[in-house]
Amino acid sequence: MEKTTKSFPISHVIGFFMSLLLTFGAAWVALQTSLPMNTIIWIIGSLAVTQAALQLYMFMHMNEGEDKAALTINILYAAFIAVVIVAGSIWVMFSGHSH
Amino acid sequence: MSAKIDTALPLEYQTEQNRMNILGFWIFLGAEIVLFATLFGVYGVLGHRHAGGPMQQDLFIIKDVMIQTMLLLTSSFTMGIAIFEMRRHQLKGMLVWLVITLLLGGGFLYMEIQEFTHYVHQGATMQTSAFLSSFFVLLGTHGLHVTLGIGWAVLLIIQLLQRGLTPVTARKTFIIGLYWHFLDVVWIFIFTFVYLAGLVS
Amino acid sequence: MGINWSEFFVTGDPLILASQIAIVLTSVGAVAALTYFKKWKWLWKDWLTTVDHKKIGILYILVGILMFFRGGVDGLMMRAQTSVPENTFLDAQHYNEVFTTHGVVMILFVAMPLLIGVMNFVVPLQIGARDVAFPQLNALSFWLTFSGAMLFNISFVIGGSPDAGWTSYFPLAGKEFSPGIGNNFYAVALQIAGAGTLMSGINFVVTILKMRIKGMTMLKMPMFTWTSFITSIIIVASFPIFTVALALMTFDRIFGTHFFTISGGGMDMLWANLFWLWGHPEVYIVVLPAFGILSEVISTFARKTLYGYKSMVISITLIAVLSMLVWVHHFFTMGNSSAANSFFSITTMMIAIPTGVKVFNWLFTMRKGRIKFTTAMLWALAFVPNFVIGGVTGVMLAMAAADYQYHNTLFLVAHFHYVLIPGVVFPLFAAFYYWWPKMFGYILNEKIGKWHFWLFTIGFNLTFMPMFFLGLDGAVRRAYTYSEETGFGPLMLTSAIGAIILAAGFAVLVYNIYWSARYADRNISNDPWDARTLEWATASPVQHYNFAVLPEVKSLDAFWHMKKNNEIKTLNEDEIEEIHMPSNTWIPFYMGNVFLVAGFFLVFEWTIAAAIASIGIFAGLIFRSFDYDEGFHVHKDEIIKTESSWRNVGKGVKNHVS
Repeated sequence: MEKTTKSFPISHVIGFFMSLLLTFGAAWVALQTSLPMNTIIWIIGSLAVTQAALQLYMFMHMNEGEDKAALTINILYAAFIAVVIVAGSIWVMFSGHSH
Repeated sequence: MSAKIDTALPLEYQTEQNRMNILGFWIFLGAEIVLFATLFGVYGVLGHRHAGGPMQQDLFIIKDVMIQTMLLLTSSFTMGIAIFEMRRHQLKGMLVWLVITLLLGGGFLYMEIQEFTHYVHQGATMQTSAFLSSFFVLLGTHGLHVTLGIGWAVLLIIQLLQRGLTPVTARKTFIIGLYWHFLDVVWIFIFTFVYLAGLVS
Repeated sequence: MGINWSEFFVTGDPLILASQIAIVLTSVGAVAALTYFKKWKWLWKDWLTTVDHKKIGILYILVGILMFFRGGVDGLMMRAQTSVPENTFLDAQHYNEVFTTHGVVMILFVAMPLLIGVMNFVVPLQIGARDVAFPQLNALSFWLTFSGAMLFNISFVIGGSPDAGWTSYFPLAGKEFSPGIGNNFYAVALQIAGAGTLMSGINFVVTILKMRIKGMTMLKMPMFTWTSFITSIIIVASFPIFTVALALMTFDRIFGTHFFTISGGGMDMLWANLFWLWGHPEVYIVVLPAFGILSEVISTFARKTLYGYKSMVISITLIAVLSMLVWVHHFFTMGNSSAANSFFSITTMMIAIPTGVKVFNWLFTMRKGRIKFTTAMLWALAFVPNFVIGGVTGVMLAMAAADYQYHNTLFLVAHFHYVLIPGVVFPLFAAFYYWWPKMFGYILNEKIGKWHFWLFTIGFNLTFMPMFFLGLDGAVRRAYTYSEETGFGPLMLTSAIGAIILAAGFAVLVYNIYWSARYADRNISNDPWDARTLEWATASPVQHYNFAVLPEVKSLDAFWHMKKNNEIKTLNEDEIEEIHMPSNTWIPFYMGNVFLVAGFFLVFEWTIAAAIASIGIFAGLIFRSFDYDEGFHVHKDEIIKTESSWRNVGKGVKNHVS
């Protein structure tokens, strides 16, 4: 493996700085701008998803090993279920005339 | 089930049992995503139901949250370096980075406990309102995971000292690395949708 | 921690007193018998510490059958109480408890253990593996399921049964309206069993992905393995939701939080939302492996390859996705927006499409087949029309507007019994008759089996068909009695008579197991049904290492093609190598016990005692972390001896189908 011979973890350092950038970026958008609430949520939500993907690929080695197809399907399916649970629950619990 | 060793691969992937354990742990992380998604869903539904009690803006202190976030982000980075050292077969370097990771994790936990105690002193307990119930259970579940992760890593460090780097200890370290990065991912979402979103409105 | 000992044991009901005495006597009897026959060591070495997937499978099935008896008695009590108007056999409270435990037991402690038991036994054999991916974890799954079942089961004699329905809706299930500890049993016991189920799910996903024999690509897997795989995925995707829901219920009940309460901003219907987010996929978790069983049985006894294999795979995959998108149809009447109700109506009806595809595939498999009417096949044949009734009434219920009429009536009860009994219980019976020789080395008696079949299917239809009509006439579910003027009497009585016939059918099964264990012919081959998949390529009962030499697969129905092409190899002693197997372990059994104790304390809200007991859980985990046991090797001599003892039996073996 190429990675085992390298002596400086360059991809980790890049990943770390990018995650710092994304974190402070999200904080800045949320606290220092006066965009509408929904816009802010969409922006910081997207930044969070980006950062999660960054962790998965740069730190968690999701793209290696003989099972990477299974890993990708697993994570994508879990993310799909997560969206169904969160968005579905909020929609169902607030859409009705009972509220 | 055979213990055939493929030395062309990194230590943690060398045996079939190791590859199965790593895949199994990824599947488990899939289940963890669903578990945390449910807690986020509950928070999404109940987060605005304060029942006359304190609201997000009354409680959250952005400076402390940023420090907590930095601690955990950095610990995820140092855990990555530990695995990097492991792949270079540098046991000593790996142990040093693991210990740094745990110290950062401990710092995060300390901050979180301080934060919770502070809220309770302000009269914001789990029993106050639906918002606080869902807040404490979501954050508490994450905090409990971090605690268990620290305990688990300590056991692993003992085993690394006893046995050195073998395919089995390497696999165990790799898996706890995955776990730790995953907890950081969960925190990113807590930071975004609980703290930041709570301070916007 | 005020302990109210006078409420510890449930007192005052002669039925319960009799059960308490029976439980004590049975326990004493079991201990005495084990001691007298000096079986303790055998029990410990062969069963309690085993990690063999086949033995774990059998243990699951044993638990499932015992709990089937428990749940069945609950059902009979309900039918007895409602057999005539204004009956006083059970009071309202007792009736509430009985329908609650009947539902929970039948779904979570009968259907689940029986199916996971069959999966445990069959899947590794079908894919040519020697065990599951994580044998110790598998044992832990079983012992957690067992602990959950036992904790739930004792509720009716110690502390009081849960009584808020198997769905345990809030606010009824909350502390305000159910102040006793009964519902804590629900929250804690299901949590423990659910953790075990989740681990099984992960285990089987990895087993099926990673341990298939050489040549067995995903599209050459037997259909039962496919359905087990998809079921395991649904388990992983849905059980964590239930874990959270039950934890929040526990918090609300024991620690005074406000998730589902009326006060403090909680939302009672959020419980229903979370419950069904898990609960609907759960239906597919139990029904998909059952579909897999049917596919194997039908293809074997129609003596044809399964029709439309690929469309079956696509169907179950679609079902796995759609099953996560229909949960709201369980509470259309909550008052959702019409957009939400329409969306979930449509997704619900869409599920009928892949299910329909599967039904037609089974029919086409039988078309022009040379069908052998064995007992297993009879169950599969009876499945089709009965299940279609359940499915079609499901589409009726899926229409949100119409559902306002059906909701909470016996029509719904009839519908889901027509889905779950033909869809899960019939296939499980088929599985028993079909795989029994593989498990125990003898065939269950076919003649007694036919009595079992006819009594059970007739009894089933007689019990539940009247409920469709009762429901349309307005009979609500979960009502402990009704007045004579309603006119429900005759149909209710019919239903009660049906239940007795149904129970007689079950009794015949138990008798069949007893009879066959004593008298059945042991001189059968390893392949008594002339079957198609790899589990039939090895001995019956299966030797502990499963396969001496691992076969190679070239096509679907691998064993069938091996037989047709004369590729069955005779034993070649040079090919045999030592086999690596996992060692037995006491940790899973120990963990099951500490979870039981900690859970019991938590149920009684003795939180400090529960915390102390959970130290035992951590002790087990730490011990496991330092356990570097690497298993053992089966020696060549032993393998050769075992193999020649079943391979060289020669003539005189009776095949059932040829």
